[in-house]
This record gives sequence, C-alpha cells and structure tokens, in this order.
Amino acid sequence: MSAIALPLDDAPLGFTQERPLVAASGLVRRFGEGSNAVDALRGVTLDIEAGRMTAIMGPSGSGKSTLMHLLAGLDAPTEGSIVLDGVEITGLSEKRLTELRRDTIGFIFQFFNLLPMLTAEENVTLPLSIAGRKIDAGWLDALLDEVGLDDRRDHRPSELSGGQQQRVAVARALVTKPKVIFADEPTGNLDSTSSKDVLSLMRRAVDEWGQTIVMVTHDAGAAALADRILFIADGRIVRDLEESTAAEVLAAMQEVSSR
Amino acid sequence: MTRVALKGLLGRKVRAVLTALAIVLGVAMVSGSFVLTDTISKAFTSIFSSAYDHTDAVVSGKKLVDYSSSGNATVSPALLQEIRRQPDVAAAAGAIADLNGDSTRAKLIDKHGKGIDHGGAPTFGFGVDTSQPRFNPLKLESGHWAAGPDEVVIDPDTAKNEHFAIGDSIGVAADGPVRHYRIVGIAKYGDVESLGGATFAVFTIPAAQQLLHIKGYTAISVAATSGVSQSSLVSRLRTIVPGTAQVRSADEQAAQDKKSVGSFVSFIRGFLLGFGGIALFVGAFVIFNTLSITVAQRTRELATLRTLGASRRQVLRSVLLESAALGVLASTVGLFVGFGLARGLSSLFSGLGLGLPEAAPVYATRTFVVAMLLGTIVTIVAGIAPAVRATRVAPIYAAKGGIMQKVRSRKATIAGVALLALGALCLGYAVTGDRLGSGSSLLALAVGALALISGAAGVASRLVTALAVVLGWPSRRFGGSAGALASENAVRNPSRTASTAAALMIGLALVSFVAVLGKGVHDSMNSAIRSQVVSPWVVTSQNGWSGFPVAAGVAAAHAPGVTEASSIRADRGIIGKVQVNVDGVDPKTIGGLYHFDWKDGSSESTLQELNGDGALIKQSFAKKNHIVLGDRFILLSPSGDPVSLRAVGFYQPPRIAELLGGVVIGQDTFDATFPRAQNGYTLLAGSPTKAGLANALAAFPDTKAQTQSQFVKSQTSFMSSLLNLLYVLLALSVVISLVGMINTLVLTVYERTREIGMLRVVGMSRRQVRRMVRHESVVTALIGAGIGLPLGVLLGAAVTHALSRFGVSFAVSVPSLITFSVVAVGAGILAAIAPARRASKLNVLSALQYE
Repeated sequence: MSAIALPLDDAPLGFTQERPLVAASGLVRRFGEGSNAVDALRGVTLDIEAGRMTAIMGPSGSGKSTLMHLLAGLDAPTEGSIVLDGVEITGLSEKRLTELRRDTIGFIFQFFNLLPMLTAEENVTLPLSIAGRKIDAGWLDALLDEVGLDDRRDHRPSELSGGQQQRVAVARALVTKPKVIFADEPTGNLDSTSSKDVLSLMRRAVDEWGQTIVMVTHDAGAAALADRILFIADGRIVRDLEESTAAEVLAAMQEVSSR
Repeated sequence: MTRVALKGLLGRKVRAVLTALAIVLGVAMVSGSFVLTDTISKAFTSIFSSAYDHTDAVVSGKKLVDYSSSGNATVSPALLQEIRRQPDVAAAAGAIADLNGDSTRAKLIDKHGKGIDHGGAPTFGFGVDTSQPRFNPLKLESGHWAAGPDEVVIDPDTAKNEHFAIGDSIGVAADGPVRHYRIVGIAKYGDVESLGGATFAVFTIPAAQQLLHIKGYTAISVAATSGVSQSSLVSRLRTIVPGTAQVRSADEQAAQDKKSVGSFVSFIRGFLLGFGGIALFVGAFVIFNTLSITVAQRTRELATLRTLGASRRQVLRSVLLESAALGVLASTVGLFVGFGLARGLSSLFSGLGLGLPEAAPVYATRTFVVAMLLGTIVTIVAGIAPAVRATRVAPIYAAKGGIMQKVRSRKATIAGVALLALGALCLGYAVTGDRLGSGSSLLALAVGALALISGAAGVASRLVTALAVVLGWPSRRFGGSAGALASENAVRNPSRTASTAAALMIGLALVSFVAVLGKGVHDSMNSAIRSQVVSPWVVTSQNGWSGFPVAAGVAAAHAPGVTEASSIRADRGIIGKVQVNVDGVDPKTIGGLYHFDWKDGSSESTLQELNGDGALIKQSFAKKNHIVLGDRFILLSPSGDPVSLRAVGFYQPPRIAELLGGVVIGQDTFDATFPRAQNGYTLLAGSPTKAGLANALAAFPDTKAQTQSQFVKSQTSFMSSLLNLLYVLLALSVVISLVGMINTLVLTVYERTREIGMLRVVGMSRRQVRRMVRHESVVTALIGAGIGLPLGVLLGAAVTHALSRFGVSFAVSVPSLITFSVVAVGAGILAAIAPARRASKLNVLSALQYE
C-alpha cells in the first residue's frame, strides 16, 4: 500500500504542521439546569496534532466521553470553541455538520454499530454510498486486505467474531480517508487478543497512512500504543503524557484517580 | 441508502410480515368488494343483455309505480298481432317475464312441501313462446320446452339442490293454491352461472297467464327486417302502441334494466368499501404504532447512519421507502387475498339470506389500481410520523446507546382534545334539527365519528395510567407477582399502550355503536308492531313481507277455532306524482284486530265510511300532501287504472314498522282497482291451533301462520341478520387490531430481553413469564374496550336521539357490551400466545448478555 493515496501526505507529519488538526479552547459542558446542573467538562483547552494517535484516559465519569462527543461534533459545548481542520464547528448548521461527518470525520464505536442486514463489505462502503460517491475498487480491496477480512466480505456481522466486527468498523472509518477518526472505547467490548488486533490495525493506519486518531479508552494497554495520552479527571485535563509504556500509563492513571 | 432501507426490511422479515398483515386485510376488503360487486354487476348485465340478444325493440306496459306487487300494465295479444303486421317487423313474440318486479312470482315447492325461497331472492315465473327461439334468453340444458298446460322447465340450481329430475312432479305456488306440473326440461338463463338464490319456472304462455293471472303479455319483443335500424323500428312502433305501453329499443331497455340494478350494486359496493375503509383506518394505526416502536428500537442504527454522514433527509427517505415497500408488498398480497375474500363475502351474504347472482369473477383494472394505491398510500401516510421521529434521532445516540424514548407528546394530546371537540361539534350538527338523513348530516356524522375516534386515540395516552389502575386490578389481584408486573408494564410507555389499544378501540367502538343502534331500532319496531296488531294470530307469506294469495286468507279464516279474520290487501299506487302504500281492509272486521290510532276527530265509526270511495289517510301523509277531510283525489293503480277516492278520516300508525300505509280503502274498492290483489297480512282472532292453521293453509306453502309474538319476532328478525352481517364485517378490524397487539408485544418482549433474563435469574418461572406477557396484553385490550365501548355507546346515543322522530329509542344491550368485553379479553389472550412463548423460551444466559 502506497502512502501517496492519502491527502495528509501533502503536509509533513505531526508537530511540523503549522496548525493543529483539532483545537479546542475553554470547553464547558453542563448537563441539567439550576441546582441539578452538573458540569461534565469544566474548561478544557487542547490541541490535537495530525498524523498521531491521541488517547484520552480517565476514570468513569471524568468527562472523557463527553469531551470526545464535543470534539466530534456529536454534542455542542455549553461554552468554548472547537476548530476542526480550520473550521469552527460549534453552532454549525445540521447540513454543514452532515458534510463534516462525510468528509472530515470517521467513527469507531465500542459496540461496533454495524448494520446487521448488510455484509461486511457493504458495511465498509456504507459511508461512500450515503455520500453518493463511487467506490474505488482498488482502495477497497487494499483496505479489506489490510484489516484481514478479504475472505469475509460477504459475511454478515452476526457471522463474524467481535474482533472481526470491530475490524470491519475500522475499515468503515478509514474508507472515506477522513482527516480524523474518533474511536470511543474501541476495545471496550473485545477480548485481549482481538483488542490487540484492532489496536495494531489502528496503529498501522497512523504509521503507514498518516491517519489521525483520537481514542477514548480506559485500557492502559490501549493507551500505551498511543503517541500521546491525555488524562482527564473531574472535567479537566490533568496530565498530558507523550508516548508511554503500559506501566507508566497505569501509574499515571492511579495517580489521577486518587486525586 | 436505498439498499439499507430495503435490506433492513428483509432483515426483519417476521416483523415486516406482521406489520404488512395489518394493511393486507384492509386492502383485501377493498379489492374483494370490487371483485364481488363487479362480478354481480356482470352477472346482471349478462342476464339483461341475453334477454335482448336478438331483439331490436321491446314493447312493454309502462311502469307507473315502484315496488308494486301487481306489476306494470300489460300489453295485449291484439297489439302483438298488429305489430306483426307492420312492414319493418321481421318477427315479434309476446312473453311473460318481469325481471325487475314482483308480478311474475311463481314459487317452486320442494319435496317436503316448503316453498323454495333463498332469503327473498326472486322466484320468477316465465311464459315463453318457444316457437320464436330468437327471443328466448333461456338455454335448454336437457329435456324439452314446456308444450302443454301441465309442463314446466326449471333452473339447474333448483334441480340440483332440491334433487328434481326430468319427469318429476313439482308444485308451483303463485296467485292461488299450489298447482302441480311435470318437469320436462332444465334450462339456464343466458350464460349466468347462478342467479344468486333466484329460481325460475318456465311455462307455455297460456299456462303462465293462467297461473299468474296475467292478461296478455308483460312485454313484446320485436325484431326488425334486415336493413331497418332499431330507432326507425322504434318510431314506427310508437305510432301504434296505446298510452299504457311504451316502446324502447333493445339497447335502451337493457340500459334501463341495468340502471335499477346498478344502484343496488353500487349500494353494496359502497357498503363493503366502507368496511374496507374502516379496516384500512385501523391498519394505519397498527402500522403507525409498529413503525414508531421499530424506529425507537433502531435508535442506535439510525444514529450510526447519521454519524456516517447520512443527512436527516436521507434518514427520512429511507424510513419512508421502507414503509412504501411494505405498502406495495402488503397491497399486492391484499389484492390477491381480496380475490378469495370476494367468494367469502358472497357466501356470507347468501348465508344471511341475501343471495347474489354469480358469474365468472371480474378482475377490473380499476380494482388493481385502487387497491394498490390505497394500500400503499395509507401505509406511507401512517409511516410519516415515525419517519419524522427517525430524523430527530441525534447522532450522539450512536455512541451513547440506549433508546430514544418517545416522550408523551403534548402536541398529540392537544390535537386529540381538538379532534374530540371537532367530533362533538360535527355530531351535534348531524343529530340536531331535522337534518338527519341529508347528505350534509351524514357527512358530519362520519367526520364526527372519525374525529371522535381519532381524538380518543390522541388523548388515550393520558387515560392509560388511570385505566390501567382500574382495569389492571384483576391482574394484580389474581395474577400474582407476574400479574402485578404486567399491570405496571402496561403503563411504562403510555403512548405505545395507548396506540395499541386505540386500534382495538376503533373496532369495539363501532361494534358497540352498531349494537346500540340495532337494539334501538329493534326494540322500537317491536313495540310499534305490538301496538298495531291486537289479534292473537297473523298469517303472512313465508318471508313475512311479500304478498300472498287472497284465497289463503279465506282458507285461514275457515280454520277450526278461528272466530274472526280480517285480511289486509297491500300494494302501491300513485296520487298525483306521489307513490304511496295502499291497503285494502274489511271495514267490518278490521277494527277488532288492528288498533288504529285515530286522529283529527276520526274514530272507530269512521270505518263504516270505508265503503265505495271512502279512504282513510295517514295523518302525516295527508299533511304533507295537503289532503283535508272530504277532499277528493285520484289514485292510480300500478296498471294505470284510476279510482276516485274521498278522504273520510285520519289515523297515524307508528313512525317505524307501520303495517298499514298512506291510504287505506275498502277491500271491494281495492279488489276492483288493483289487477292482482294480494294479501299483505291476514289477522285472526279466536283460539285456533297451530296444526289446524297449517292444515288449512296446506295448499298455500308460501304462507305461514304465527302467533302475535312470533310475528313480532319474525318481522324484526332481519335486524338480527343485519347486525350479524355488520359484526362479521367489523370483526375484520378487530382482527387487524389483534395483529397490532401481537406486533407490540413481540417488539416489547424483544426490547425487554435483558430484563426478562434478569427476572428469570431471580426465580421467575417460564410459566410466570408467559403469564406476565399475557396479562399485559389483556390489560391493554381492556383499555381499548374501556375507551371504545363508552365511545360507541355515546355515538349510538347521539344517532338514536336523532332518529327519535322515526320512533327509534336509545337502548343499551348490556349482554352485548359484556360479550364485547369478553371478546376484548379473548383478543388479548390470543395476541399474547406467540409473544409469551417467545419470552418464556429466552435463554437466560444469552438474554443477560444481550446488548
């Protein structure tokens, strides 16, 4: 697979890029009203560089999922701004958000979210057919080969294992060559072997194709594969680690949780 | 996206089939109604067109009065001779055949001495000139035509069903005692397969004239010489026929014959389509409900599509496409099911004594188009609200999981209240004042009922909780913990329970409305007849309403034990331009056997003036036509013979089920005026025995003697037949709502998989799980009944109130309402069978792991 196919190759990788791919500042997300109001995020500012895998970690209820929902435009912040690939996404119209999801963003979910009545291949190409784009057969073959499902193209999700299903979901996220993929606990529903497969697949997408991935996880092993790990607790970013081992991640996690 | 929608449908086959079933039945009803009525129409058309196959013109007596028992004026043999002498005439033949009237009735008698009568279907007696076969619409199947005075040819249905063969003797009753004939042939009418219960007997012309007491012919068929057009033949004939006769071209005559049948067929069509409409309406509710639940359960899937870049419009389109595909599928199936249903409807009608003629089924293009369009459009429309709700699923649900629950919408409640108000207004408009029966009032009534029912469905979700508390009591009391949970489950999603119950509610509301109206009419007729007939015995024809021979009345009067007898002649006549029921009574005897409600100073002694030209006038008829005491007026008999009458008194029969008509005259005058006088009723006093009367009437098998209460009962029995017919037709919508209940339960069980697994883990037995589902179903059904029955009674009260000026009173039949409630409970239990089984068979472990 040649890396030339990806638009990201136009720019040098990571830190050398002039502006971050995702830039958020002063994010506050409040749920409920009046005395029942709960602040899930209490002022988060961060930049995410292109071509890297960034993990967001934190204990339950820390606000890590909320943060990802905001960054991906699935939810709107109460305060603050998010610039995605140069576009301010807070307050975007439904139409522009739809275009953003078609062109710029890919998703990977904890429960795979494959459509049960479609085959593996149809699930992978679904974003293209939704957008009404034609399928590049070469790219599709390469992708299915890469995720190791070339011989499972015509299987339905119910005929695939959890790991295989999640690999289909990864291929589906990659198929449109999005600027950024948001992965929400991608290994949360998998056994350890399948987790490793899926994570290494995501890792390869970053390394070989320069794909940008933002991943929410509470699995230290998963986070250890990331280039950068943001720790979040109580609605704030509390640690920002560069590449770490699983042990270091665990230690940081312990520290964060006990605060 | 299209693929997603269609594959989605295929991926949920069972659900799709169950959902589609709701529309299939409605469409089947529509297509069945069309096929049935088109077929009837074709049968009639072929009856009438074969009647005039080789005929260019028809000369017949003019029809002056509708529904007369003595028939139209006749045409004379002298006229036939004169027609034959005309230059343009190739051939002409007289015949005795009245396809539209009652004047050539000849009842065949079966081997047990009973008249063969299929619920009032015509019993034709034909006189045919077989020397002129071109005019003969009948086709001989076996044997030969009647040649002598004692020979007859009968129809194949009667031969087959009553086991008559050529050579057998058969009794025929017409305008006198039974006479016996020898069967010499079997013939069918044109290409018609079955005349729908109608029978016919074909005689020689003289034999028919003698049997039916007809002078001359009912019609003369004329064929033109070649090269002469129908119209020039008609204009030639017009110059020679007398005033009481008319000339029509064969085409005109066939069109004329068809017209009277056409309105009958379109009435049946409208009637059946009405029930098709109700079925589709209920089906729409079921579709709406099922799609709503399905959309809620597909929250994550729809949200995922959104995160993958699907726009709201695409989601809307895909859900609509799904319902459109469902609609097309269901309509196609329904269309063909309807073809079978047409047969069923036909047997239903004949089972209720309403035989309809049959022919090879007619599948008109219109049937296909209307059924397909109607089914598809109804499904799509029902799917609009769920589709719109699908577009509101936010993409974030893809990550969060869970179901976007439909919150009980304030809008639905407001709309419901508004509809209730509109319904009440329409109903009020329809039933107040003197409007009932007018077009605008019927429209208002229909719109009002529709609005009330839809409104009730709209507010039902607000009532569900309260109703479940009351109606769920038996479940909580006797169902153990499973029953208690079921009662709680029923109110977990009030909107869902409400719309499930609403589908059943519609059927039950209509059924109870019909029951109230039916009982009101029935009870009023009962008391009306009792108030008129004061004699202990009444003689009528077998069917209770057509005429019977005068001689039968005389025979009954001589039965042992009869002390007094009074026959009432009945026919119709015309005064000015107004047609009116005319009765001939015996002034000396009628007073003691029939109770007159005298008006305007008339009294029992007025009867003494009923000789000669004296006439009693119904007060309301007199007022309407400005007839005052002493007025003279001319009454025309159906054959056009005038009689001058003088109003000598007034009476007022009940506004419903009147036995005497607008004009009552002396029997002598009646017999002198009406050509073939027949009795409507013969009232008897004294203490005759049933056997004695039967013996006296033995020569008149088309008559029966009944006690007063038997008579009252049989006169109102058609109401029970009608009610049964309506119940059967409304049962269709109850079945559809049953499908809806099954749907909801299946989906609910699916949704609660994990919860049921949990209940099993903490010790609930399979049996208890089944009971839980069943009780929930019953509570839902009872909620439907709890709203539907009162609504139906309310509608019934409104309409009976409006009908009160026709003497209809409001009466609630408590046993019927109890029956309907039991039916509702039964429906609930039935609907729960499969879902409960499914729930109880869930594997506990996988149910718990179920995501």
